[in-house]
Amino acid sequence: MNAINIFQLDGEDIPFRQGQTIMQAATRHGTYIPHLCWHPDFSPYGSCKLCTVKVNGRFGSACTMEAQPGMEVENRTAELDDKRRTLLQMFFVEGNHFCPSCEKSGGCTLQATAYELKMMSPHFDMFYPDRPVDASHPDILLDFNRCIMCGLCVAASREVDGKNVFAMGGRGLLGRRVHVSSESGKLADTDFAVTDRAASICPVGVILKKRKGFAVPIGERKYDLAPISEQVKESTP
Amino acid sequence: MNAPMNTAPSPPRKLRVATTSLAGCFGCHMSFLDIDERLIKLLDLIEFDRSPLTDIKHCGPCDLGLIEGGICNAENVHVLREFRSHCKILVAVGACAINGGLPAQRNHLDLRDVLEEVYQTEHLLGRGGIPNDPELPLPLNKVHPIHEVVKVDYFLPGCPPSADAIWKLLTDLLAGRTPTLGHGLLHYD
Repeated sequence: MNAINIFQLDGEDIPFRQGQTIMQAATRHGTYIPHLCWHPDFSPYGSCKLCTVKVNGRFGSACTMEAQPGMEVENRTAELDDKRRTLLQMFFVEGNHFCPSCEKSGGCTLQATAYELKMMSPHFDMFYPDRPVDASHPDILLDFNRCIMCGLCVAASREVDGKNVFAMGGRGLLGRRVHVSSESGKLADTDFAVTDRAASICPVGVILKKRKGFAVPIGERKYDLAPISEQVKESTP
Repeated sequence: MNAPMNTAPSPPRKLRVATTSLAGCFGCHMSFLDIDERLIKLLDLIEFDRSPLTDIKHCGPCDLGLIEGGICNAENVHVLREFRSHCKILVAVGACAINGGLPAQRNHLDLRDVLEEVYQTEHLLGRGGIPNDPELPLPLNKVHPIHEVVKVDYFLPGCPPSADAIWKLLTDLLAGRTPTLGHGLLHYD
């Protein structure tokens, strides 16, 4: 059945096809639902919880919940954006997110989402965890200080590149992290290539191409030009 | 007794503003000065108390305190507490005041290792030994943002916040509004 169905997102009619999630339908319609771990090219992972919406009065993840006819979905309400801002603040304190020295600044999904949600401070006490940097690969730098565990590099390497270079592992808040699947744990000892899908999937500044840093001047970077909520696309790099 | 009263309204009292740079680079102060000719308009509305611009050494009662930089040594803590106790409104200005910034990038290292490498072992750096003059404030084990030490009323991110962002914050506060920064003014870098 390809009949067009409708649900309501913040009072607006959103058409969808059976089987589409709330996030897919909203994105197709050009309506922004804040998210970090969801990517239009990959199946939902549901870890960041930023896309939490209220469906008929109950919380649900827009990236995993299938749209149904007649649903009434709240998205950009003060209540939900307040909770999203708190989630963002937790992301910012549990990693080392120093935007001024990060090559991804201006093109970073975490940063742009925090701008969109008007995050003015980290609010909580900073963790300042000790996280490794892996510069072993000739073309790629890995800076895990900025990792938000979205799992996109794991999915891209597995599903598109067929390489399984990255894996989520470890336990606990400070133990769980993305690992590189090689005996040494170093990226240089894998068959990872700069042309891999996983090399350009990272929404934050973990997987960086060497010799490309700060190529776009301040004022012309992706999210200098327009806020993230005005750049909703069905497929992003 | 029945002399006509002067009905001209007296000009509003100037707001008293104090500023300081703790573990910062004075970049935020430079950006403040970057509001250029608007400074002249601003000086009709505010007067400075303790600030690098006045060289007043201690803070009196103030309406507004602007703090640049995080907390990296014992003196920073004393200055910050002095500001908090004298300022009705305290603003964390810039990345370092808000999340520790560049100085906080030493936080995953052992402080003694850092001091030894800089002052003793690294042959291209100074070899005079770790400074221990009693006048020097003791460094803290870790660098902290100021909201971990005192209550902060408003935050102005940026490295540095642009002159326009600083102007927006000041004009909002002077007009009695809650400061808000829209797209282009809210930046973490």
